[in-house]
Amino acid sequence: MSDHDLVIIGSGPAGYTAAIYAARAGLAPVVLTGTLTAGGALMTTTDVENFPGFPEGVMGPDLMDKMRAQAERFGAILVEEDAISVDLEGPVKTIVDSNDATYHAKAVILAMGSAYRKLGIPDEERLSGRGVSWCATCDGFFYRDKDIAVIGGGDSALEEATFLTRFARTVTLVHRRDELRGSAIMQERARTNPKIRFELNAVVSGITGESEVEGLQVSDTVTGETRNIEVQGVFVAIGHEPRNDLVRDQVGLDEAGYVRVADPSTHTSISGVFACGDLVDHSYRQAITAAGSGCRAALDAERFLA
Amino acid sequence: MSVTAISYADFQQDVLESPVPVLVDFWANWCVPCKKLAPILEELSETYSQVKFVSVDTEENPDAMLAHDIRTLPTVLIFRGGELVESFLGDVPKLKLRAALDSL
Repeated sequence: MSDHDLVIIGSGPAGYTAAIYAARAGLAPVVLTGTLTAGGALMTTTDVENFPGFPEGVMGPDLMDKMRAQAERFGAILVEEDAISVDLEGPVKTIVDSNDATYHAKAVILAMGSAYRKLGIPDEERLSGRGVSWCATCDGFFYRDKDIAVIGGGDSALEEATFLTRFARTVTLVHRRDELRGSAIMQERARTNPKIRFELNAVVSGITGESEVEGLQVSDTVTGETRNIEVQGVFVAIGHEPRNDLVRDQVGLDEAGYVRVADPSTHTSISGVFACGDLVDHSYRQAITAAGSGCRAALDAERFLA
Repeated sequence: MSVTAISYADFQQDVLESPVPVLVDFWANWCVPCKKLAPILEELSETYSQVKFVSVDTEENPDAMLAHDIRTLPTVLIFRGGELVESFLGDVPKLKLRAALDSL
């Protein structure tokens, strides 16, 4: 017996858009918004300048508040808990949340988004919060007049490096290729900043320090040489990976860990389970594309339930 | 119960000498994850009435940051009988906080 037609897991633009459409279709979806992750990646973004309908730009958290309010207005049931376990096979899906509540639903939309990618070396875990950080805006303040490193070569790494020069004495940008991936405008901004140095063709092999970060070990991809850079802080900005932990043993994933959907639909490998947003998206990863795929997931779920 | 803002000057009395376990939330105004954690801690403070919940604004209390070697926000520390028994550096899911509070 199902208590609900539809449970939506996640609350970024994908989850909330799915909720708006499903609620307007009278499905009264339950949305497990997540606790710390509620609102998704846009919650840590300041100005969103490319979301249509906001010619002056909009703050990420404000945009998410509006989407949330819109979903609630039409009867979505928002639960501020994390989904802890799911059983997706069969006609009745079971979801348990971080408050030990159990939901039974006929259909589920997965919209868990993505999380920061980690370097995947033991030192990173060991020194996490002891000089290793994933949040420049949170922790930059603690590195006043210190030397720090930012790992990564994309826009987010360049943006963090530039931001961190407000506090740090020097910022070394460490990237494994010989050229940066970031946009021309962000590269220019970083290159003209006198506090930013570049370590290219450099792969991080270790982070030194017993109880706090003292340095970064990098190996040169061209010469094979290893060298040590003295830094007190390491900010990791090497992109994102799909947050698939909840479902990785149940739905089909691709090689990179994204939930596989039967494009152009949002059907996963399990009947009645749909996926959308950054959880399925390799290439676009925009608020508007996530919202679009959330809409498609809701329409697919609605047809499935009809 | 709710989360009480304290100044670091009162840390000894409010936290270390507290007869009940104390959860301390170190936060700052610019830290988005801290703002998401705050309502979660408010909610937990209602459930776990046997634990005292306090918050320290690290910007206004730089001594706190130095004394506890805080390098990441949010940082949540739990003290019992003046001893540090649990620490969470950075984002911490509600489930982990509940597990720590249950084990007190």
